[in-house]
Amino acid sequence: MTKAPATPGAPVAPAGSVTPGVPVAPTGSVTPGVPVAPAGRRVVQAGPFSGTVSPRAVAVGAAGLVAALAIAVFSIGHGSFTIAPGDVVQVLFGGGTPAQKLIVLDLRLPRILVALLVGAALAVSGALTQTFARNPLASPDVLGVTHGASLGAVAVIVLGYSSSAVPFAALAGALVTAVLVYVLAWRRGIDGFRLVLVGIGVGEILTAGISWFLVRAEIVDATRATIWLNGSVAGAEWAQVRPLSLALVVLLPLAAATAFTLQAMQFDDDVAQALGIRLQLARLAVVLTAVALAAAAVAAAGPIEFVAFVVPQIALRLCGGSRPPLVVSAILGALLVVAADLAARTVLPDRELPVGLVTAIVGAPYLLWLLVRVNRRVSA
Amino acid sequence: MAVDVRLAGPSRRVWVLVTLLAAAAVAVVLSLAIGAQWLTPAAVWQAVTDPDPTAPATAIVRELRLPRTVLGVLVGLALGAAGALIQGHTRNPLADPGLLGISAGASFAVVIGIQWGAAQLTGYIWFAFAGALAASVAVFGIASGRRGGPTPVTLALAGMAISALLASFTQSLLLSDDASLNVFRFWVVGSLSGRDADVAVQVLPFILLGLLLAFVNAPALNALGLGEDVARALGQRVTAARVVGVTAIVLLAGAATAACGPIGFLGLIVPHVARTFTGPDHRWLIPCSALAGATLLLLADVLGRVVVSPGELQTGIVLAAIGAPFFIALVRRRQGVVKL
Repeated sequence: MTKAPATPGAPVAPAGSVTPGVPVAPTGSVTPGVPVAPAGRRVVQAGPFSGTVSPRAVAVGAAGLVAALAIAVFSIGHGSFTIAPGDVVQVLFGGGTPAQKLIVLDLRLPRILVALLVGAALAVSGALTQTFARNPLASPDVLGVTHGASLGAVAVIVLGYSSSAVPFAALAGALVTAVLVYVLAWRRGIDGFRLVLVGIGVGEILTAGISWFLVRAEIVDATRATIWLNGSVAGAEWAQVRPLSLALVVLLPLAAATAFTLQAMQFDDDVAQALGIRLQLARLAVVLTAVALAAAAVAAAGPIEFVAFVVPQIALRLCGGSRPPLVVSAILGALLVVAADLAARTVLPDRELPVGLVTAIVGAPYLLWLLVRVNRRVSA
Repeated sequence: MAVDVRLAGPSRRVWVLVTLLAAAAVAVVLSLAIGAQWLTPAAVWQAVTDPDPTAPATAIVRELRLPRTVLGVLVGLALGAAGALIQGHTRNPLADPGLLGISAGASFAVVIGIQWGAAQLTGYIWFAFAGALAASVAVFGIASGRRGGPTPVTLALAGMAISALLASFTQSLLLSDDASLNVFRFWVVGSLSGRDADVAVQVLPFILLGLLLAFVNAPALNALGLGEDVARALGQRVTAARVVGVTAIVLLAGAATAACGPIGFLGLIVPHVARTFTGPDHRWLIPCSALAGATLLLLADVLGRVVVSPGELQTGIVLAAIGAPFFIALVRRRQGVVKL
């Protein structure tokens, strides 16, 4: 667990909107009834609800959002037919020439939207899984999602079915495997550690299955399968945007609703229960949300799995705190994938790289730099 | 089985160790006897101790199966021990020896080797070893940062990041080059077949030195399990212990990967299996995990020769297919899994 960025003797943040100007008593002599925020956070109250907000997280989130939107607009304009960013914005708000409308709305926008949505979905799924498993190495593949999806897709490719079946095979593989892992790990309830161990066991079997398909496949199919396994948003259409955005509209609020539970689940089981968490129900909700988010993303763009690992860790180090923040993770995930997609299209003159490769090339050095620079020990 | 492992005394652990030794011996005999041509144990014994140059069994055992079995034992011991070490040092059940960047570094170097025209499997071995070494040095250096020693979390995160980066480079090379992918996909599965006696001889010194360092590291690792501050208070030199442990992991896993390709499964799951029988004491866990690794690898290799006879199924695939269900059953059966 993290020690909060505690600076002994620092002034406690003043109370938020409801009681402006009323200074909060310093820790040690707490006045009953007046909420006290931990150092570096502010209390926000709205009617009966209250919570704390970290100004640092708000700043990181806002900066990330602006950067993601700016890159998205530039990326839409970039291509064999270049459109100025101003014109792109105009088209997005309903203006522009018919040619510009065709290129922006029909050809390039779906791809950018898929990149943004997939990034957000994977990052939140990763943040949920890492908190749930209390393990920074846990990503949705621990729950079987990525391996199941990959096995389904590779099987369909190698056995020679049409490419249109691939997303469905991936989705089916992801969900079936996640259910299998959950059922196998169930024994008078779910224990987080047991779920993770069962997950890696199932993952190993599926990986062996993927290798088996790749070894016996024709080299053409093996290449196609390898490209899919790297993850790509090239060729994304509105047909992929709609189900994906629908999934996110449902799942992201669900993820946000688990935030309080996640905070308590970082402690061991007894403490979490003492804090009033119904553990089995909470675990089911968190796992289900993480699985569904990852499955939706993988079906749309293949396993861009590094996003789910790296983004929550980057967000955690930028914002501070004890667990990966959900909203900032979503924003930074969208930023990473849309930026990686732009790089994937532009770095090589003659061909595109799969975006999954570029996310690692962009994200890994940044995490490494943060690890070297930030002299603070943060876990989970 | 119903015995609570936390109460396991020395006598029980000795019993576990002896059982594992016996199992490994049986696996060695099976590996020498079974294949496209089945031999009786008597014929195997004669071929080893008193070779008759005219008998076909002599050629089969001495030329083909003996080198392969020796390599299987070495690689199994190495990966089993390395897995126990890495999980101890990172205090993370998801850690496998490849986490230090060893598999990814070796893979990247092998692809470069293939593209430079090293056509034979044995030609990759030095590429793989150099790649593993370079990647793990980078991981250790970054994880250590300016604090004079890595923590479990920075070690795991730096390893994961470097691995992903190298895997991306490997994939980008492969995507533009079908011919290399065609060779690489057989290397990356992990297999004992087609390695002659030279390979075992080449990796032998590295693995022996690695095993020695692993045993030396075990008491310090037990102390580190209590947290670095406690370990320091108990008189352990924390950074020195980390350096010894990581050196052992690199020697063991680097040599094993160079010889057989990345068999990630062994290092990931065998320590969990061994831990359910020995408990968390690394002085027992490391040897038991090594022996269990050797036994499992040999058995998987034998099975791979039999199931699609006269062809062969790659060892790495068989290993996961039989080992993982066994592992899941074990995890389900134990009321309280032994945590790290």
